[in-house]
Amino acid sequence: MSAALRSREALLVAVIALLLAVIASRFPGFVAPSNLSAVLYDTAPLILLALGQTAVILTRCIDLSVAANLALTGMLCAMLNAAAPGVPVVAILVLAAGMGAVLGAINGILVWKLTIPPIVVTLGTMTVYRGLIFVVSDGAWVNAHEMSAAFTGFPRQAVLGLPVLSWIALAAAALALVAIVRTPLGRALYAVGGNPSAAVYAGIDVGRTQFLAFVLSGTLAGLTGYLWVARYAVAYVDIAAGFELEVVAACVIGGISIAGGAGTVVGTLLGALFLGIVKNALPVVGVSPFWQLAISGAAIVVAVAFNARAQRRRGRIILRRAEAGS
Amino acid sequence: MPDTPVLRLTGITKTFPGVRALSEVSLDLYPGTVTALVGENGAGKSTIVKILTGIYRPDAGSLHIDGRETRFASAQDATRAGITAIHQETVLFDELTVAENIFLGHAPRGRWGLIDWPEMRRRAVQILARIDAPLDPSTPLRDLGIASKHLVAIARALSVEARVVIMDEPTAALSQKEIEELYTLIARLKSEGRAILFISHKFDEIFRIADRYAVFRDGAEVGAGMIDDISENDLVRLMVGRDMDRIFPQRSRSLGDEVLRVDGFAHPTEFDGISFSLRRGEILGVYGLVGAGRSELMQALFGITRPSAGTLRIDGRPIRVRAPADAVAHGIVYVPEDRGRQGAIAGLPIYQNVTLPSLERTGWHGILRPRREFDLARTYAERLELRAAALDQDVGTLSGGNQQKVVIAKWLATEPRVIALDEPTKGIDIGSKAAVHAFMADLAAEGLAVIMVSSEIPEIMGMSDRALVMRQGLIVAELAGEALTPEALVRAAAGIGAPGEAAA
Repeated sequence: MSAALRSREALLVAVIALLLAVIASRFPGFVAPSNLSAVLYDTAPLILLALGQTAVILTRCIDLSVAANLALTGMLCAMLNAAAPGVPVVAILVLAAGMGAVLGAINGILVWKLTIPPIVVTLGTMTVYRGLIFVVSDGAWVNAHEMSAAFTGFPRQAVLGLPVLSWIALAAAALALVAIVRTPLGRALYAVGGNPSAAVYAGIDVGRTQFLAFVLSGTLAGLTGYLWVARYAVAYVDIAAGFELEVVAACVIGGISIAGGAGTVVGTLLGALFLGIVKNALPVVGVSPFWQLAISGAAIVVAVAFNARAQRRRGRIILRRAEAGS
Repeated sequence: MPDTPVLRLTGITKTFPGVRALSEVSLDLYPGTVTALVGENGAGKSTIVKILTGIYRPDAGSLHIDGRETRFASAQDATRAGITAIHQETVLFDELTVAENIFLGHAPRGRWGLIDWPEMRRRAVQILARIDAPLDPSTPLRDLGIASKHLVAIARALSVEARVVIMDEPTAALSQKEIEELYTLIARLKSEGRAILFISHKFDEIFRIADRYAVFRDGAEVGAGMIDDISENDLVRLMVGRDMDRIFPQRSRSLGDEVLRVDGFAHPTEFDGISFSLRRGEILGVYGLVGAGRSELMQALFGITRPSAGTLRIDGRPIRVRAPADAVAHGIVYVPEDRGRQGAIAGLPIYQNVTLPSLERTGWHGILRPRREFDLARTYAERLELRAAALDQDVGTLSGGNQQKVVIAKWLATEPRVIALDEPTKGIDIGSKAAVHAFMADLAAEGLAVIMVSSEIPEIMGMSDRALVMRQGLIVAELAGEALTPEALVRAAAGIGAPGEAAA
């Protein structure tokens, strides 16, 4: 990737380090390994969804239905567990990912085959999925006492010092990194977002690529659906309401261009961590949670301004002697 | 001939970070006179246009209008001073109507400062009538063809009472008939006393309509004067700084076996009854007017659109091409005309642009291997003499000519059998043209079968072994050897027996 994008990651690392240093100067406990691990644990769902969203945004699309997908899949997993506590967690994981994939595929099909603008499609399915939660649950909650211990215990189980949920987020980030940097599909995401008509001429099926990005986003949202419900040990209609905006924010802060075709997985990971740290630090520092929204918002505006700056074209290279040095 | 220039630029210098785009350039434009601005791509023509239209501000030098020194702080200032530009790609608004486009920014206002629609419409009708444009002011612009859009742009120029009209390659996308109409219009603008700056790569039209010339090379002005005082050869020599006596490469024409055979290709709306064959080492020219269905045929061969009937054979075996990936797999590649939009992918590094259709070959069981991609890209970058600092540089930072090389490298890297080039030298300067021609000759000599779609008769004459002429979606002539003459091409393309069309 270009130097501007590389520097974005460096910038984020610096900002995050500075943020931690400032917080640590007043509250040294915040940077204790156990607390940082807690921050990662808390940010894991955001990381998971932001990774899927990254693939979608790279193709010039957007997936606003991720939080609704998460909530619907989470509710279905919780109801299944309440009805049949004997179903093993592994089966529930597979089921959650599969359900999420189907919900994502619905978005993808609509974008691919009917060429409806993605923002409209996912705004629609977001509402539909939320509505479906109410239909299947009748508006009732699934509470902790209805869930089995294995079901709720899985995400927080500690393995090598970190909870399973954190490991899943890290593993997903590693897989996404490999998939996006080292597979033809990953390359296609950039090509489709960078110049769709050129991608067609290069033999890439633009619609299919976008479809696969939505399936990936949906799969991660579904998987996170189970993890979220199990972690908080409760499922109801409005869980993760508005979370899709935080997900898009993580991507944008991480340097993923809304115009498509630019950004990296590492950037997204850092963007999500930045938001997670801000969110966790504010109560510690004693700032009202309302400020949290303002700070997240300001971070987004700053990030977009940086994105715009990085994309601003320098002067055209006209003189021959300038060409070699460009 | 008027003696005082309406607009005079002296000592204009413009520097971009690290790049001097113009150095001490002078340019005079006289009322009622067409001044042709010629120069290779990247000579600074676009920069001077942007300075004239107030988009860029020069670092040094002065701009006089009617002898008074003026400064443009914005594009509006330039418009107010009576300078207007008609661009290569029209900068108009597709979703607005013809009348709205004409009067955007200076619409007649009624009471309370609201737009006076009836008045705007009335004046639009008036202006359109003045240029004999058969357009309804309430048509949305998106429903018009390129030629009509040019008319709207000209109408817009007239609506602001422009005194200086800049035309940046206005004929690049027009058919011969539309070009003739444009010439008539230019003559009218001249007779109304407007100064015209005419930017073109086509020498025949420069000598036909220009009164004066100015030549730029590498950001500097290298010559100016009356067009009657200079020969075509001298002008070319000024422009490229070298002699261009042998324009087309010599080729040893040794044709091999038949590679590609197309039988009865048809499409419901675009073309019908298309049959032809192509041999190894052959360059097949495809001539026709703009809109004759040539690009559409190429897109069908390449799998972008699907023909409704017909068969395609490679080495005598029928193949099915349902998507571009199938065509690439069978060794057919297509370098489209609109290379900016359909060619390079800005944001991706050079090497990834090159290997995009070849990832199956450079990868290993679905895993990409960047080192192999680098090697492949390097091979073709060297062969095409790509000028770039590094192969992992963003392709968007390259100049247009080098971007084009990346696009061609991309297709050569797939090791094709048949390469179709759509208007390979459109809009590029003479020096680069010669390079592209030499390169096509090399490809053919290596045994590639080349299809060259071109609207330029010299190119068809100079490069092709054989030429197909398309008209209204049909192949109307196949010319080779003695029969391949400019007259035959023009007559076939315009419809046999149609008089007055052989002016090209």
